Amino acid sequence: MIKKVKGFFRGLLSIFRKKKHIKLGLYGPPNAGKTTLANKISMDWLGESVGIVSKIPHETREIQVKERIEIKGKGGKKISFNLVDTPGIATRIDYEDFLKYKLNKTEAKKRAKEATKGVIEAIKWLDNMDCVVVVLDATLNPYSQVNLTIIGNLAAREIPVLVIGNKIDLKKAKVKNIENAFPQYKVVGLSAEKGINIEEFYDALFEVIK
Amino acid sequence: MLTLQFVAHAEIKKLSSGEKINRILNLVKEDKIVLVEGRLKPMEETELIQRTMEGINKNFKGIELCTVYPEIKRESVMDKFTRSVASALTGVRSGLTVIGPATVIKEIKRDPNKIQLLTTNGLNRKRSYRLIGKKRRR
Ligand SMILES: Nc1nc2c(ncn2[C@@H]2O[C@H](COP(=O)(O)OP(=O)(O)OP(=O)(O)O)[C@@H](O)[C@H]2O)c(=O)[nH]1
Ligand SMILES: [Mg+2]
Repeated sequence: MIKKVKGFFRGLLSIFRKKKHIKLGLYGPPNAGKTTLANKISMDWLGESVGIVSKIPHETREIQVKERIEIKGKGGKKISFNLVDTPGIATRIDYEDFLKYKLNKTEAKKRAKEATKGVIEAIKWLDNMDCVVVVLDATLNPYSQVNLTIIGNLAAREIPVLVIGNKIDLKKAKVKNIENAFPQYKVVGLSAEKGINIEEFYDALFEVIK
Repeated sequence: MLTLQFVAHAEIKKLSSGEKINRILNLVKEDKIVLVEGRLKPMEETELIQRTMEGINKNFKGIELCTVYPEIKRESVMDKFTRSVASALTGVRSGLTVIGPATVIKEIKRDPNKIQLLTTNGLNRKRSYRLIGKKRRR
């Protein structure tokens, strides 16, 4: 009898687990192209965009969630997830850095203040993620401390990770450097803006989300 | 003036993560570059970043954080710097975490000679190390 009850509850739990949508997080330093990639994914499968893209760092300062995106893969495979675009993580924020983008002092200070809150939020949300796509700018040195901290944290939390080397449309992009830096992870080079290599990205998602 | 402060493993090993981070951030806010023997745990690193963000204001613009793994060779100014400083000060091989005020590190990046001055002038001499050690105990 007890066995039956246990079995019943386990069955119930598994239903809940199936119902629960996987949370797929986009993480990375500011300006890497997280929102550009989020928009690309959401446009491809929902026809809606997620957030504003900007060359000014810390454009995304609040978590953005796009619910129930379903992507289809080879042989009729499907995965569905809630896509979570996060504020870029940084260890320093100086409002003066925003002044060169033609923001006035008040705007720059406001942006800096909001950005600090965004970083805190992004880190808090790490705990909720079922799978994370780490978006890096492939034209930059991958060994930055923020990258190491993010990936180290995901490893410690045993969250599956896919690493993206974004902006491969640019000459300076070196996906190889990212592969060398994080040999234990699958790395896909792509251009979220130009839509280069996106199919390979979706294939890799199927490998990482199980 | 640049001040380096070495924090030995023995000094912090009994502290909780929160206390450890407090200790580090308080030193960094005094415009010191802090060399912590060993590495922070991944969750401590993120907690450090969160606490840093909470503390940002007019005078404090955040930190530069750098973990030196002995087995990885990197060429940035910070790393060359920490490698030489670390081995001079401690001879520790199990890694070193360097945390500095963002504004100070920015200054160093702009003019790396400042570091050269510091590493060749200051650290080859035992005396300066003792000076730092004394300060710590006060
Ligand atoms: N050349 C090139 N530029 C890109 C690509 N993807 C994004 N960008 C540019 O990079 C800048 C930052 O893009 P975002 O998508 O806003 O970056 P983010 O990671 O969301 O940044 P935060 O929200 O600040 O954390 C923008 O100017 C984009 O146009 C790409 O594939 N190639
Ligand atoms: Mg964004």
